[in-house]
Amino acid sequence: MTAVAPLALPTLPAAFQQSTVDYLAILPLLIVFGTALIGVLVEAFAARERRHAIQVTLSVVGLLAAAASIIVAAKHQGLTMGLTDGSTNRQLFALAVDGPALFMQAAILLMGVLGVLTMAERFGGVGPDAFTPSGASTPGSATETAAARAGALTSEVFPLTMFAIFGMMLFPTTNDLIGMFVALEVLSLPLYILSGLARRRRLLSQEASLKYFLLGAFSSAFFLFGTALLYGYAGSVYFGDLSKAIASGPLAMNGLLVPGAFLVFVGLLFKVGAVPFHAWTPDVYQGAPTPVTGFMAACTKAAAFGAILRLAYVGLDTGRWEWTNALVLVALLTMVVGSVLAVTQTDMKRLLAYSSIAHAGFILVGVLAFDRKGVGAVLFYLVAYGFSTIAAFAIVSLVRQNGAEATHLSQWAGLGKRFPVVAGAFAFLMLAFAGIPLTSGFVAKFGVFSAAIGTGGATGTVLAVVGVLCSAITVFVYARVIVLMFFSDAPDDAVEVVIPSVSTTFSIAIGTLATLALGVLPSALLDLADRASQFVR
Amino acid sequence: MTAMSTVPWLTILGLIPLVGALVVAFVPGSAENAKRMAIGFSLVTLVVGIIAATQFDRASSAQFQLGEQHSWIPQFGVSYALGVDGIALVLILMALVLTPICLLAAWHDVPEEAGARGGQRVKTYFALILVLETFMVGVFAATDVFLFYVFFEAMLIPVYFLIGRFGGPRRQYAAMKFLLFSLAGGLVMLVAVIALYLQGPGGTDGFLIERLTGLSLDPTTERLLFVGFFFAFAVKAPMVPFHTWLPDAATESSPATATLLVGVLDKVGTFGMIRFCLQLFPEASTWATPVVVALAVLSVIYGALLAIGQTDMMRLVSYTSVSHFGFIVLGIFAFTNVGHAGSTLYMVNHGFSTAALFLFAAMLVRRRGSKRIPDYGGWQRITPALAGIFLVAGLSGLGLPGLATFVSEFTVLVGSFPTQPVATVIATTGIILAALYILLMYKRVMTGPKPEGLVGEREHDRLDEPGRRGLTAVRDLTTREKLVAAPLIAAFVVLGVLPNIALNVINPAVDKTLAHVQQAVPTLNPAGTVAEGSSK
Repeated sequence: MTAVAPLALPTLPAAFQQSTVDYLAILPLLIVFGTALIGVLVEAFAARERRHAIQVTLSVVGLLAAAASIIVAAKHQGLTMGLTDGSTNRQLFALAVDGPALFMQAAILLMGVLGVLTMAERFGGVGPDAFTPSGASTPGSATETAAARAGALTSEVFPLTMFAIFGMMLFPTTNDLIGMFVALEVLSLPLYILSGLARRRRLLSQEASLKYFLLGAFSSAFFLFGTALLYGYAGSVYFGDLSKAIASGPLAMNGLLVPGAFLVFVGLLFKVGAVPFHAWTPDVYQGAPTPVTGFMAACTKAAAFGAILRLAYVGLDTGRWEWTNALVLVALLTMVVGSVLAVTQTDMKRLLAYSSIAHAGFILVGVLAFDRKGVGAVLFYLVAYGFSTIAAFAIVSLVRQNGAEATHLSQWAGLGKRFPVVAGAFAFLMLAFAGIPLTSGFVAKFGVFSAAIGTGGATGTVLAVVGVLCSAITVFVYARVIVLMFFSDAPDDAVEVVIPSVSTTFSIAIGTLATLALGVLPSALLDLADRASQFVR
Repeated sequence: MTAMSTVPWLTILGLIPLVGALVVAFVPGSAENAKRMAIGFSLVTLVVGIIAATQFDRASSAQFQLGEQHSWIPQFGVSYALGVDGIALVLILMALVLTPICLLAAWHDVPEEAGARGGQRVKTYFALILVLETFMVGVFAATDVFLFYVFFEAMLIPVYFLIGRFGGPRRQYAAMKFLLFSLAGGLVMLVAVIALYLQGPGGTDGFLIERLTGLSLDPTTERLLFVGFFFAFAVKAPMVPFHTWLPDAATESSPATATLLVGVLDKVGTFGMIRFCLQLFPEASTWATPVVVALAVLSVIYGALLAIGQTDMMRLVSYTSVSHFGFIVLGIFAFTNVGHAGSTLYMVNHGFSTAALFLFAAMLVRRRGSKRIPDYGGWQRITPALAGIFLVAGLSGLGLPGLATFVSEFTVLVGSFPTQPVATVIATTGIILAALYILLMYKRVMTGPKPEGLVGEREHDRLDEPGRRGLTAVRDLTTREKLVAAPLIAAFVVLGVLPNIALNVINPAVDKTLAHVQQAVPTLNPAGTVAEGSSK
């Protein structure tokens, strides 16, 4: 018998190395996660009549505390939660607490506060008005009626939202592909549930939830497959290793690198609703409870773009020429399809969904600038768009007919004459989406386009020109809404604007004021975004 | 170079109407009261504007005076920088004079609705006009390209609402068309604005005009940038073939809105050509001259021909403006001192004469309830005073010597002839066409047999007499209307007889602009004389 050659085992480190964790650097994440867990306990032990108040207070306090702790975390920037391999000197850290990550975390937390406050709207009922009392029951069934009669309420939406926010904060912070995948799932799963909980038009909501879940599962699978291919290429899932491997790797291995990079990007582009991975956006935006839609549009987009930025600028930066052209194509398609299809919409929520697709395209133009200025512009854009969007969807949730939201465009006719303040605020937000000067939307667009023209070369200029033309198309969309509200006469069965509680009023007011303030005096936030635009490696 | 001012005159000028707008819109009280307050605020602005104008030093060597400069968005290189040269100053003063006149003329434009909030619509209307005044001051006073762009775009919004909410039956269409045309032009300019900054020195104040003047640009880049800016201004001005939004917007909006739109806002287009196209891209401007001049002449002739064919009074007046804007652009792109000065003066005069035509025609329309010219005839027999001022406005519009427009038209043609003889000759025929469209309109509206069923106001008391039953008495000019007409007619006469009061302010600014051009294109001869040695 010949001796079998011993299997070559990877050499293990000589001694066990403990990974280091800087707990202060991840304090915001811990606070939000802790709040979510406490929320689950509250759900189990607090009396029903007090649960709503406790949950809302807990969530808002938790989010604000986490936002405050960002200041602490900002003093502990750097790679954390991992170790430096003693033998090879490789940086094996799961989290990168740096400027872009902390900026996104703060933005998600503050927009999350507004999101939670709009979800908390009760309109005098026992539970949050937008959510069905029994999500598991068949729509229109006896179980549903019984649950409503028994006074059931869906206060579990708040812990779910907190889990989603935790995932969103983690998403742009992760420094390796596996961590990014975990964050992706943590943020997505609660959103799938939240999308299906609408109180009215429940079938539409459940359909949206199922669609989001199925397509989301597909995109996660793409992401995971891409991760596997990239691991096969680089032998590591850490972004630092990936970047080094691409810089020195042989061309023959591109068969793994290129599809791997594409598939990972597909997973992320799905989350921001970029064309051709956008098909879920209008349906989910329309079907989900309106406050959830606003929250999702603002915060998911921020988180996913944070992750895209890190992947594009830290992980796959050295292989840029392999995937840039594909991303340019996606950006062009996203802008064109989003703005052109927005023209034909007749439902307010679908219109805003296509508008959000178009905005995703504009933000991608900033990503493709491949420059610090581009990063800063993208960060600013996400905040500007997020605040406007939450306020816009909150207003949509107020316009009602017979108790249900009136989202068909024709129902908004003449709103400006009967409810000038609400319609005025909405018109202002529309102007911001259109990018009219003295609104945050203009500064944001100026930022991404000037970054693209400045450092994106000829491609950047083409992207900016197409972006500008698409802006002109979207102006038509938003102007049409204004025409309806202010220049048309109200129909006989006119809609009402219900008077919201303090919490919704607060988030609408803050969203609108932020839109104005960031348009007139943007330099403070621009400065912050600029200082936060350096990635740690 | 900008001469700084210790008192922020221009900011104050912009703030007064803005505060006025807020007061008018939100302070409770009757609509009548709000109207009076609106007029009050606009008059205060005018007075402050005149005081500011006295601080202007004609002999100063600085390009801009009454300057202010603060850092606004340093990350983008944007400053809040204001300042005026002679050209901007006269245009601002024209806007400040026209605003109270328009407010006064707009007194009954918006009927007060019944109910507790009935007056709110009136208040909104007057407040929007005041907001517009703020932006008009800002757009002419901005000495930072970005700031100019912000005002240039932002002023579309009040106009959009003025047309869309307070206009005629097709106001939705007109408002949308106006917005889309203007924004399409503006967004193309945005790309050029960004690219211009990147060509310049950059830094935290890199958008200042003085930083961007005299750059040595690559010719292709410069031409592309020029086209980006010029396109926006040509839409705004409006020049054929980008003019189609104007007749719709002017006809469907209320007379006061139409006046400010055509009289002041469209001047931003021609003003922008001088301030940005010529000063920042001199080489490209001379390169584009043949095309621009051809378009200008086309506008002169085509606008006039279309005006002759109109049956709607407001449409007719807007087409005459297309024709007049052709003259202005011709004078600008003649690159002579005389042509430039004439064009600038033309902008001012055109503001007053268009205001007169729109507002006086609106007085007729309010009496008759129709904008169609064939619905009139013989009205000088029942409203002689109105017919009189209408004739003066028309004669000023067609360039009768002694009235304002003549001086500017003549100066433009004299200034353009040395460098653009063929174009000038063709454009001169526009004057004949002008006589045709104005006099034809006057003839159809005012002369002829007395209109059936209508009598003058003097016969109002005798309507009960037998044989006069069924007749309606038409009022001649009311006191308010006389107050609207008087300053406009005074402006025609003063600027027609003593044009130097404006030209003396304009000329130094024109010299400085053309000096910039000549620095870049030495072959140019702004004196307008034929240089020695050149072929004749």
